[in-house]
Amino acid sequence: MLVHTAFNRAEQLVRHWSAVGCPLVIHVDKFVPRKDYNNFVRALADVPDVRFSARHRCEWGTWGLVAATQSASQMMLDEFPDVRHVYLASGSCLPLRPVQELLDYLEERPRTDFIESATTSDVPWTIGGLDQERFTMRFPFSWRNQKYLFDKYVALQRLIGFKRKIPNGIVPHMGSQWWCLTRQTLSAILQDPERETYDRYFSKVWIPDESYFQTLARQYSRQIESRSLTLSKFDYQGKPHIFYDDHLQLLRRSDCFVARKIWPFANRLYEAFLTDPSGAMKRTEPNPGKIDRIFAKAVERRTRGRAGLYMQSRFPVETRENGLTCGQYSVFEGFSDLFENFEPWLAKVTGTRVHGHLFAPERAEFSDGHTVMNGALSDNATLRDYNPRAFLANLIWNTRGERQCFQFGPRDNQAIEWDIIKDPNAQVSVITGAWAVPLFQSNRNFSDLRREAALLQQIESKHLDALRSSWTKARIRIWTMAEFIEAPMEPLQTIIDEIGQQNVRGLSEVPKMVDLTGFGQFLQNLKNQGMHPYLMGDFPVAHDLHEPHKNKRKPYLVR
Amino acid sequence: MERVKELAFAYRLRWKRRRLLFRAFRKRRQLTPVIDRTAQINRNDILAASTMRNEMLRLPHFLDHHRKLGINHFLIVDNGSEDGTRDYLAGQPDVSLWSTDHSYRLSRFGVDWLTWLQLRHAHGHWCLTLDADEIFIYPHHDTRPLPALVDYLERNDRKSFGALMLDMYPKGPLSAQDCPSGGDPFRSLCWFDGGNYTITRKPDLHNLWIQGGARARCFFAEAPRRAPTMSKMPLVKWHRRYVYVSSTHSLLPRVLNHVYDDQGGEITSGILLHSKFLPTALARSAEEKERREHFANSALYDGYYDQLTSDPDLWCERSTKLISWRQLEAMGLMSKGNWL
Repeated sequence: MLVHTAFNRAEQLVRHWSAVGCPLVIHVDKFVPRKDYNNFVRALADVPDVRFSARHRCEWGTWGLVAATQSASQMMLDEFPDVRHVYLASGSCLPLRPVQELLDYLEERPRTDFIESATTSDVPWTIGGLDQERFTMRFPFSWRNQKYLFDKYVALQRLIGFKRKIPNGIVPHMGSQWWCLTRQTLSAILQDPERETYDRYFSKVWIPDESYFQTLARQYSRQIESRSLTLSKFDYQGKPHIFYDDHLQLLRRSDCFVARKIWPFANRLYEAFLTDPSGAMKRTEPNPGKIDRIFAKAVERRTRGRAGLYMQSRFPVETRENGLTCGQYSVFEGFSDLFENFEPWLAKVTGTRVHGHLFAPERAEFSDGHTVMNGALSDNATLRDYNPRAFLANLIWNTRGERQCFQFGPRDNQAIEWDIIKDPNAQVSVITGAWAVPLFQSNRNFSDLRREAALLQQIESKHLDALRSSWTKARIRIWTMAEFIEAPMEPLQTIIDEIGQQNVRGLSEVPKMVDLTGFGQFLQNLKNQGMHPYLMGDFPVAHDLHEPHKNKRKPYLVR
Repeated sequence: MERVKELAFAYRLRWKRRRLLFRAFRKRRQLTPVIDRTAQINRNDILAASTMRNEMLRLPHFLDHHRKLGINHFLIVDNGSEDGTRDYLAGQPDVSLWSTDHSYRLSRFGVDWLTWLQLRHAHGHWCLTLDADEIFIYPHHDTRPLPALVDYLERNDRKSFGALMLDMYPKGPLSAQDCPSGGDPFRSLCWFDGGNYTITRKPDLHNLWIQGGARARCFFAEAPRRAPTMSKMPLVKWHRRYVYVSSTHSLLPRVLNHVYDDQGGEITSGILLHSKFLPTALARSAEEKERREHFANSALYDGYYDQLTSDPDLWCERSTKLISWRQLEAMGLMSKGNWL
């Protein structure tokens, strides 16, 4: 058992192991003050079969840890000739199942070495880009305290192509530091005539405690189970996860024999696992896989975060958002101008939430006339325009699980356009020039209409340029108004299929198009006034001559 | 050239920090020790620092909650209380108390005083800087006390910890609530705004400027820029050369302001539950409007005080009811990061 801190916990553990007759050899870090060490030794004076091995300075990732393990192992083999399996544990390793169960388990597998051991090319564990190189370079500087020198020295060795020779053609393996080896294997490693060579080689390897025994066990073991009996989980930087009181159920579920690291003050855990009367013996295999998913999710949360969430500890720079919003949504431009009852119709057909013009100048037109949406998002235009991007991201985040649709047009606040265009979650459908329909229907002076039409056309034209730019990530469909009213149901069907809600049998009900009689003439009047409306496509001045519109909608009850 | 500019600016910030430290040094004489128990502070203790005035209503719960979290010692400045706050605090075994009648505003809202106390007593300690109406919570706070959190932060080489201030309010007019003196204020103040926060990254100090919540929605809808800042950095592994710049919203040196991930990931963060809207807020707002101690240019905030005094109902049909920290975490108001 390697100990460097939390001595009262270590003492508790020693007594626990010892209670079922396991002899223990304890290594205490040389860094521990003499006084604490003596107190610890004295506290354990009454426990039988406990020895203290020669002390080494154990700094993370250095040879000291291996040296400590070596001397403790040697002492164990020498002093306790009956020992068949040696289990390497630490002062923060907590047995999760009764020790007797572990003993039985090992009894059934007398020749098996439990040591996680894999070649560097096969595992993605390595952090910091050093995999094979940790065996072929020298690492005289501490990674923790002399990071700068460490990095520079690695770079220098790369530059001059320095490579160490690996002695005797051994194949470096890596794995968890916490193993359980048989006397045969362990003694073979410790008494190897070549040990001097290996020790010299590994003492300059980076993190030798994860490769020394793991490599050499491969030389001698007759039967290796490449897994550790100790459950230990690492975060994305290779630092061990710490277990707290609230992990009790999680640890129970893992069925592992031993877990690390346990927070020294996790009283409930120590109480639960060390004073367990353990009536029912389980014969189950350890199964850390059961809880793997939870740890994988923690890594994902730390490195990629929740897409579409902006908060005090997640505020990605542009391009690192991993999705500007958290879910798909649809933007309709021109549809509510062209169809009288577009919004209720869309809500009915798709079962989604359909808003009006969310970026309208007066207020955010939430669905059903709400003045406030999920998350207490206000419809106040000033608040919205203070940070339109946050408004949109908030709306989509607050309504996760329910698809949002909203209307957009050249009258609305255009500040949001790039955020929508660059968002892969957006589905944008545009009928260009449809903004002219409300003008056409309105009862205003023609000169005002003309001015407004020119302005709206200019805005929409700029918007269309943006939609067609090379930064576009949204799924965008654009029709001119003339194109669209030629065959309105087909595009509608496509859009709705893409939204992908329940409706599979085609559209049984169609939205009602506004009466466009005279619209061609209206456009012609605009032209006559010197304004050139082009975004709506080609409308004949008197289209009634070709085909009356009223009859036209009928054939498009698709399928 | 960019690089030179950047370095020049960093140097200017260094001088700003020194200036603020000197300012705190000059203000030290404004503090009169009432009871100084700082000799009790042990090496690994976690401290809390606060300036308060007439907080008897909140104090028992405030102390109780943070003691349970694992605060070992409180450093408190009493700014002219008249309701017994001072005597109450002096009677607490883990409180060191100073008093002053000088201007709260001229002390940068108490920060100068606290900076001096932190410089003297908090060096090398994790220190939680709070107002009396703020209750600090973080993921797993019910099962993992503060020592576990700071342990985790240290292992991840973090020196500061960010939190969102969450305005809690009752359903119905403020005055209609009963407030048990000294009890948990969030039994009546159990509603909050769940998702109307806006974030900007400050280009100078690199801190996040978060606004939103009930006050922005109800009182600052027409002037959102002026809405209160909701982002704070209450928990810091203090060093005697550190200073808070404005309240606890930003720190110098500015590397401490990086309490967020800008590469898409999430790091661990917490929440300050804000108990401002107890029924006493009405009388208090009227008083603050006269005292003009809470904002640098207080006249701009007269409207805000007037609205508060008129007994508003902050509740709306899309307010969220507080259930647990897990709810706040799932809503994305704070994050576990990888602290599983």
